[in-house]
Amino acid sequence: MIELADVSVRSGDYLLEGISFQVQAGAYAVLMGRTGIGKTTLLEAICGLRRVLRGRVLLGGVDVTVWSPADRRIGYMPQDLALFPTMTVQQHLEFAQRLQGASQAAMAACVRELAELLEIGHLLQRGVRGLSGGEAQRVALGRALAARPALLLLDEPISALDAETRQSARLMLKNLNRQTGVTVLHVTHDREDAELLGDVCLQLERASSGRVQAACAGGAA
Amino acid sequence: MSGGMEQQRRVMTGGRRGPIRDAVFFLVLGGLSSCFVLLIVLLLAADLSFTTSAAFAAALRKPEIQAAFRLTMLTCTLAAVLSVWVATPLGYLLSRFRFPGSRIVDVIVDIPIVLPPLVLGLSLLILFHQPFPLTQFFGGGGAGANSAGLDKSTGRPAGWILENWMEDSLGIPVTYRWPAVVLAQFAVSCAFAVRTMRVTFDQINPRAEDVARTLGCTRGQAFLQVALPQAWRGILTAGTISWARALGEFGPILVFAGATRFRTEVLSTSVFLELSVGQLDAAVAVSLMMVLMAVAVLLFLRWLGAGMST
Repeated sequence: MIELADVSVRSGDYLLEGISFQVQAGAYAVLMGRTGIGKTTLLEAICGLRRVLRGRVLLGGVDVTVWSPADRRIGYMPQDLALFPTMTVQQHLEFAQRLQGASQAAMAACVRELAELLEIGHLLQRGVRGLSGGEAQRVALGRALAARPALLLLDEPISALDAETRQSARLMLKNLNRQTGVTVLHVTHDREDAELLGDVCLQLERASSGRVQAACAGGAA
Repeated sequence: MSGGMEQQRRVMTGGRRGPIRDAVFFLVLGGLSSCFVLLIVLLLAADLSFTTSAAFAAALRKPEIQAAFRLTMLTCTLAAVLSVWVATPLGYLLSRFRFPGSRIVDVIVDIPIVLPPLVLGLSLLILFHQPFPLTQFFGGGGAGANSAGLDKSTGRPAGWILENWMEDSLGIPVTYRWPAVVLAQFAVSCAFAVRTMRVTFDQINPRAEDVARTLGCTRGQAFLQVALPQAWRGILTAGTISWARALGEFGPILVFAGATRFRTEVLSTSVFLELSVGQLDAAVAVSLMMVLMAVAVLLFLRWLGAGMST
């Protein structure tokens, strides 16, 4: 379970204040809000890339607010995917395992499993420069899942895909959530994504006081 | 005449005038641009016409020129390696982090680029021979300073002096020796390397390092495993620019290392020494050799640039 309790984060001159919500373990939560309201900033705070000024971030009941990103077991897929240009697809899938000191056999098994799950077995030896949008997205997902995260943060994962690929990507994300049991927090501004994917829908909105707040817009948060 | 027809007439008139206007533009552009290109070509042609291949070969056979060539290769390479070694972390620091004083550090790094070369040499000389402030009052092992500010037991200036420490503690005398050549070259070439590395890291997506940190990397691992492999062309470019910059360095070397034959003479000081004894043929031969080396470096940089753009 992920819980934010009265979290305040600064992004430049912009301040997100008093954000609170909960997402149950294994749920697929969709976080919506208009462009520029601070959705990415909030994700960065959850995974430890941005300092939380006030409040607490709890993961499975444990307060991880001051933990380093490496210690949180949170997978993060940014909007631009941020693949490693000098590595092959296989090296992407092995990256987290290598850092955890996994054996060659364990690493190979992990790569095989993820390649099958994400249907990227034929891409393993390729570099990432020539991949299509959909392929690159699956590689980024595999890289994040290889660390066996308790929570997966997806920042507009399918907004850059064409309509046809988007539909299959939605299906893949939902299946991924069901098969791996990983809790997902998916940021989007597309209402269709929220309706088709979300068990829980959260809305970041500016209150009349000027503060940005998270409200439950559907499902059981 | 209706507005539409008037507009059409203007377009048609402009259409006829267009090629003439373009020709004038290209004439001015070509005329101004060719001034500089012509100057460089004329300079090289003048050098080439001044000497003969026999005189060139004879000058290059001189033992002092050969020693200068060897020392140049050694010191330029050392300065370039040191520059890249320092510039890579510094460029990364300036590119990725805003910390108190980062703007000041940014300005300080550029000082050697704008400083007159002789001033840089003089500053190095003072740094290595001026007692550090207040150190004459704190130990130092001497018997105290006399009224002239000299240590009573050694006769040297009292206080902690960098040159003395380098010589006594590390066994490496610097001033007027070859390490001074390396240091003088490094002081300038490193500034160019830092600029290159900063631009290199600016062009690398920092989010990839962020993702690496969520996957279990420390900041150091993210730098070494994600950012650095992407920066290899920048590192090569920084090394090459540093090497070329070190090759052309003259002022700080002359002041800080001197121009002693077979000891601190490098190619740039060879030109000066040969000129000062009236050996114009040798001076021109060394100059041409430096031109060839510079062209080789430029071709290598162009090749690197072409690789980056593809």
